[in-house]
Amino acid sequence: MKTPSSRRSADDRGFRLGTGFFALLVVVLVAGIFWELYRTSHLSIAKFGFRFWTGKTWDPVSGEFGAMPFIWGTLYSSLLAMLISTPIALGIAIFLSELSPKPLRTPLAFLTELLAAIPSIVYGLWGVFVLVPLVRKLQVVTPDWMRKIPLFSGPPLGVGMGAAALILAVMVIPFTSSVAREVLKAVPSTQREAAYALGATRWEAIQAALRFGRTGIIGAVILGFGRAVGETMAVTMVIGNNPQVSASLFKPQYTMAAVIANEFTEAADDLYLSALIEIGLVLFVITVIVNAISRLLIWSVTREVRFKAPKAPAAATRTAPKVAA
Amino acid sequence: MKAMRFLLALAFGALLALPAATAQAQTVQINGAGATFPYPIYSKWFSEYNKLHPDVEINYQSIGSGGGIRQLSNQTVFFGASDGPMTDEQLAGAPGPIMHLPTVLGGVVPVYNIPGVDSQLKFTGGVLADIILGKVTKWSDPAIAKLNPGVKLPVTDITVVHRSDGSGTTYIFVDYLSKVSPDFKKTVGVATSVNWPVGVGGKGNEGVAGLVKQTPGSIGYVELIYASQNKIAYGSVQNHDGEFVTASLQSVTTAAAGAARAMPKDFRVSITDAPGKGAYPISSFTWLLFYEKPTDRPKAKIMVDFMKWALTDGQKYCAELGYAPLPREVVALEMEALKRISL
Amino acid sequence: MNRTRRRKALSGLVVLLCGAAVVTALVPLFFVFVYVLQKGFSSLNWDFFTKMPKPVGESGGGMANAMLGTLYLIAIAALIAVPVGVIAGVYLSEYGKKSFASLVRFTADVLNGVPSIVIGIFAYGLAVLPVKHFSALAGGLALGFMMIPIITRTTEELLNLVPGTLREGALALGATRARASFSVMVPAALPGIMTGILVALARIAGETAPLLFTAFNNRYFSTNPFQPISSLTVQIYTYAVSPYDDWHRQAWAGALVLVAMIFVFSVLARVVTRRLERMHRT
Repeated sequence: MKTPSSRRSADDRGFRLGTGFFALLVVVLVAGIFWELYRTSHLSIAKFGFRFWTGKTWDPVSGEFGAMPFIWGTLYSSLLAMLISTPIALGIAIFLSELSPKPLRTPLAFLTELLAAIPSIVYGLWGVFVLVPLVRKLQVVTPDWMRKIPLFSGPPLGVGMGAAALILAVMVIPFTSSVAREVLKAVPSTQREAAYALGATRWEAIQAALRFGRTGIIGAVILGFGRAVGETMAVTMVIGNNPQVSASLFKPQYTMAAVIANEFTEAADDLYLSALIEIGLVLFVITVIVNAISRLLIWSVTREVRFKAPKAPAAATRTAPKVAA
Repeated sequence: MKAMRFLLALAFGALLALPAATAQAQTVQINGAGATFPYPIYSKWFSEYNKLHPDVEINYQSIGSGGGIRQLSNQTVFFGASDGPMTDEQLAGAPGPIMHLPTVLGGVVPVYNIPGVDSQLKFTGGVLADIILGKVTKWSDPAIAKLNPGVKLPVTDITVVHRSDGSGTTYIFVDYLSKVSPDFKKTVGVATSVNWPVGVGGKGNEGVAGLVKQTPGSIGYVELIYASQNKIAYGSVQNHDGEFVTASLQSVTTAAAGAARAMPKDFRVSITDAPGKGAYPISSFTWLLFYEKPTDRPKAKIMVDFMKWALTDGQKYCAELGYAPLPREVVALEMEALKRISL
Repeated sequence: MNRTRRRKALSGLVVLLCGAAVVTALVPLFFVFVYVLQKGFSSLNWDFFTKMPKPVGESGGGMANAMLGTLYLIAIAALIAVPVGVIAGVYLSEYGKKSFASLVRFTADVLNGVPSIVIGIFAYGLAVLPVKHFSALAGGLALGFMMIPIITRTTEELLNLVPGTLREGALALGATRARASFSVMVPAALPGIMTGILVALARIAGETAPLLFTAFNNRYFSTNPFQPISSLTVQIYTYAVSPYDDWHRQAWAGALVLVAMIFVFSVLARVVTRRLERMHRT
């Protein structure tokens, strides 16, 4: 006999399974991406194996594909971008969460988030017509003694690692800073109050807060790095698209995302396409690992505050400032 | 709150109504992709053809010859376009026999941007090859100076600009360089996408032209129209008979004269380094690629009709865009070949 | 005494540096905005909004097809992402303590961090290769996948904000959990959910990479979802790397329109958020 309560539990089970199905879709999606990438790149994996990651030659004519130049370009450009952007991003985070007067806070936060709202292609456009000529002028006036250092060797093209690192830095700043702000907000005020009670200056109180949230801050930085690694359009328009491994800021180089964007539609044979997709797979794995580590670090700081009225804007801003690529 | 919800619903509704609002009469859309080399003339042709036949929309995307070949083989587009003929392997890898149909003739020119140099520079194939190989690195190099007495060449580094995508223009250029420089043939070879020893990559003819225009001291290679439309300086090249020829309708047509008399049945022929007085050495046909046994018959019928128009009326648009029209003998052969496409 | 003065000075210096950091970040923002406004505004005219592109070499023409294309693509993306994201968010909010929910949350965050070009490769393998043509649908799919994690997480957070008493009240009156959720909780959280959707829309409207080999590009505007379609972002890219000055002008104009579109979405999202805060404060 269908009692009201048994009918109720059937409905509830239906609800749980129904909504659970959609939740499962999210997991299936991510697993599907990995599976699809792996499947379509197995030709290249089978042929090159580990050599793929260390080979420096990318030669579609002879069918010799080595991804080292792209891996180097991606890591180097992202690292440089983090070096430039992290101090600025942290400075903004500290300013907005600790130092700024209340009325300034919202408009300034809004403005920095606007940086994140500008799509990658617009940054690329600006990069090509404004940043690159600027960088070229800088390169031309570089004194010859500096040119001897490997870091600054190369013809004054404008396009190159330097321009790419700069543009990546600008794009990553709002991202790192908003996550760092979240972390700092999660630090209990008791930490700062204790510092003040002991006679600390503002900076010293901030240091106390930073120390408390340091794992989260590191997480924010790593998250920013992950963002830089995946950036495509702005980078491909200013980096010069030359697969060479070089420490020079002036030389044109190549990143994983850029080579996929440039050569995907033209990969004229299966091995070529498979090699490009394998690069996509490498990119996917790197970003998954980077994201996982950073989320864990951030979560370890913010978890205490989870049950104290999380704010809606927090959720939106945590996931929002991802600049389009 | 209610007002906002209403507005959002309205916006969403408008978005969904978009298809109905913008629906057109029964238009046929045909997708093609490929070479950037003939993009200016193709976009003109498709636009003019659309004016004559408003229900036919031919959507051509210039993604490079390599892309055209790939997408055609994948059958993600209906027709392809390439300035480098498909290799035997590529043809074998396609799901059905593919026909090459030449459309126009064009020339690849060496463009350069050297501040302070206004006159036209002379190049030989050997010097060009050495520049691309990275052996000649400064504009003041004696190899270049010897060819251009009286021109004050600065001691600037040469920046080579090449294609970052798979390109028929590249094919034409390296095909020529491989013919005149055995060293080049050994080191780089001939294909739509090669392993460049030095330089920066630009996407499409447009990308290379753009980079050369913006980079002082650079040299690149583009189809003639991209150089003239963008007022970029380009040099003359020494041809097979030893004279320095500048690319033009005349010199490109002369290069094709010999080929016209001995055209192979599948139209795959290279006319770089052609013998003959006044022939421009870096000339080439460019081809549209079609399946001989297409699955979509109505579209094939339209494209055959288009080809017939392009080979006759369409040729009159060539001159103003810097392309040379096809020799009469070739057009006649193509009209015959079109009959082989099963409709 | 000396040490205190030094510490105070250091503190002051740090405050200054942080302020300088804010200014440094705002400089490129200002730079980019001014440039886009300046270069783009002069090229905006009625033709730009209503005409299709002209063949190479002819000046004039517009980006009407690209603008319509972007709207079409984000509509398809929203159609796919909103149901999946909202319902998944409902699950996370209702059964959030289970370990499966943690897995879902984790993968949503991972998905959020996947580079858009990788999603493009996935959509290519899923929706382009099997049917052998590029399509607006494939492009919309790629964009939709990117929207899902944002919508899921914001829906979950927002539903958690709604007082549990609402749900309990509904259940006490005899409603099923489904009813309680979809007829009571979700409408209560709707403004916030809309925020999440708007934020996600703002993000994907600016995407280029995933469209390069899914939606491809189209010189015309077609309403057929199985045909390639133009989009503002891809068109800007195509024009930007070309050598034609006229196309460069149009690229800037397109960039202005794009930035304006995203700006509108972002501002709407903020307005909705502020309304929400006000509602919950009372």
